[in-house]
Amino acid sequence: MATYQLSVNGQRKEVNVDPSTPLLWVLREELKLTGTKYGCGISACGACTVHVAGVATRSCVVPVSLIGDRPIVTIEGIGTDPVGRTVQEAWVEKDVVQCGYCQSGQIMSAVALLKATPKPTDTNIEESMGGNLCRCAIYVRIREAIKSASEQLK
Amino acid sequence: MPDKNSSRARKGLIMIRKRTLVLRISVFLLIVLAIWFTLSSALVGRTAKGPDASTSDRRSEGLVAWRQIYSVLTSPRCINCHTATNYPQQGDDRHRHFANVIRGPEGKGVPGLNCVSCHQTENADSTGAPGGHNWHLAPLSMRWQDTNDQPLSSAAVCRAVTDRAKNHGLDGAGLLKHHEEEPLVLWAWNPGRRPDGTARSVPPLSHAEFVAATRRWVDAGTPCPKGR
Repeated sequence: MATYQLSVNGQRKEVNVDPSTPLLWVLREELKLTGTKYGCGISACGACTVHVAGVATRSCVVPVSLIGDRPIVTIEGIGTDPVGRTVQEAWVEKDVVQCGYCQSGQIMSAVALLKATPKPTDTNIEESMGGNLCRCAIYVRIREAIKSASEQLK
Repeated sequence: MPDKNSSRARKGLIMIRKRTLVLRISVFLLIVLAIWFTLSSALVGRTAKGPDASTSDRRSEGLVAWRQIYSVLTSPRCINCHTATNYPQQGDDRHRHFANVIRGPEGKGVPGLNCVSCHQTENADSTGAPGGHNWHLAPLSMRWQDTNDQPLSSAAVCRAVTDRAKNHGLDGAGLLKHHEEEPLVLWAWNPGRRPDGTARSVPPLSHAEFVAATRRWVDAGTPCPKGR
């Protein structure tokens, strides 16, 4: 076991966990931030996506020992970011969600895309969101919401 | 009469001695001649074809070393990130990387799905995600496969590796340093564990053997095999 000081959604958090524990389980089990979901556990589906130092990161495969002092933002904190807030509003506007399980990961990836590429093409969206799977197959609505958010961010 | 006979015998003895001396001198001269001829022809031969033979030997030694280098470069730990496509490969069967991972403009993925979305600065053996400093795909100029994911020939890979317009301007010394010190090259011999906990395979040579082969190849003038 080891103690780590983490910056999560702008707050300092101290956790005492095994160094090999994936960040996902630190967030969910230790910090009770359950908005980030467990999907496949091998970074293949994107449900566990959070931001680490602004980079969309698959929290299920990154041990907490490798986070260091990089700030973490989860779905619970992304609404304080202007781009994050706009994406969440676009998600509501387009009524994107069906079952909702993958949505926190979808939104975190979409925010990362729009921060780097404010005016994404369909190809940009397909490439950036291609690693976020949705069993409800609401990909068309996800794309519409990203484009709507992009318009609003002009 | 005895004096006459005795005089004849003395003359005969002198003649025999003279002939023996001539014979001995002749044999001696023949031996000297034979030795001189042998030595001089050997020296003449060495002088006449010396540089060619030396260059040819050097190139041959270099090509032997290159074959060893090629066996490493085309092993999965290396060639999986030297693709000609817009995606990396993974595994010993060199299948397409899962999760629809894309090369991206700089070989580091795309926003939302960067290499560092999973690959940290070191291996994560508890989760099976490999990692190393500045994880990224090799540029397309350094592709060692065709677009059907088949490894290029030894000659083609050698041409790419030695083309300074394609290899970031590396000369022989630069290539040696790259093979000796580049963190992602070194990672190939410390590739960590798969998600199922088993160890990833490593290249067919040890890193020390790989560097030694590179040094021999560089010393030989980085020769490349002929052919396509």
